[in-house]
Amino acid sequence: MKRFLVGLARLRRGPWEMVASVLIALGVVMLMQPFALWAFTWSFLVTLVGTVMFIIVSHFPE
Amino acid sequence: MPKPVIERVAKATPASFARRVRGFSDRTIAWIFVTPTIFLLLAINIFPLIWTIRLSFTNFRVNRINADVKFVGLRNYERILSDPDIWQTMQATAHFLFWTLFFQVLIGFALAWLINRKFRGNDLWTTLIVLPMMLSPAVVGNFWRFLYQPQIGLFNYVVGFFTGADPASFSMIGDVSLAPWAIVIVDTWMWTPFVMLICLAGLRSIPDYLYEAAAVDRASKWRQFWTITVPMILPFLMLAVLFRGIENFKMFDLVVQLTGGGPGSTTELTSINLKREAFEKWRTGYASAYAVILFVTVFGLASIYVKALNRVKER
Repeated sequence: MKRFLVGLARLRRGPWEMVASVLIALGVVMLMQPFALWAFTWSFLVTLVGTVMFIIVSHFPE
Repeated sequence: MPKPVIERVAKATPASFARRVRGFSDRTIAWIFVTPTIFLLLAINIFPLIWTIRLSFTNFRVNRINADVKFVGLRNYERILSDPDIWQTMQATAHFLFWTLFFQVLIGFALAWLINRKFRGNDLWTTLIVLPMMLSPAVVGNFWRFLYQPQIGLFNYVVGFFTGADPASFSMIGDVSLAPWAIVIVDTWMWTPFVMLICLAGLRSIPDYLYEAAAVDRASKWRQFWTITVPMILPFLMLAVLFRGIENFKMFDLVVQLTGGGPGSTTELTSINLKREAFEKWRTGYASAYAVILFVTVFGLASIYVKALNRVKER
């Protein structure tokens, strides 16, 4: 956990890609879940933030 | 004997032009070859994408080409993301996507495992199994409609034969609870061979000496399967899931032919719904916003998936 947080603070690719991937996955789950309409409403924003973040952090150093 | 084409072209090239070309660097020549492809990609992929994003912020309707086009900001996105009908469509797509991938991977891997064993008639069985994926989705959709007929359909007859139920008592494509499974069954029937072929390529790429070494170490078949077969075949399986996942997210033709999105809108997947918005209701701006939402979702999923695939391959 500490290594992950240090990686985030030092702008390393691995941990940031993990954060972006979690956001994308969360967005897709929110988009397709059958339980809450509010989650569906916010799903696109979450996926979009995750996707843009993924494109940016892929250029961070290892 | 006629001279080769390359020699004839060289002879026909004017001397002044030939002198100029001879002076080009490898890099320049490479750019000359690549440039038409880049222009084609820009014209066919990038320009429509940017245009779609632009249209998604307007109230443009392609059937009213002379009407004023107003900038509506994020209103199209707001309306789509608060529409319960579109939410229902997403759930139908999720059901279709999850179960088709589950069954195709399970059955595809099992078939590949069986076909990989050397036995008489191996090639014939491979050809027979691969046949469904060579058919047109329109043809498959149409003939499965006949197979699903309650009165004369072979599917209902077989189910009735094994379960004792009256074949005319249920309709796979007319029943709200059965129709989502009807499209899952047909897609699984059609595309399992594709997953099987990819798995078969993976199984055949595993060198025999790994199994021989494991056998010398007295590893059981079960242990060999989990420590050799599964890790070696995982990148292939992930590739198959990526291809099928993206294809099924965009699924259109097969389901339109089979159920037309019905009964009601039970099997109306996102691409069918999108086509209705764009080309039946002619709400082009709204449909563009819808397409952008689907694009971002698929793009995001594909990004993390490709990343995971590379990580598995590096192991």
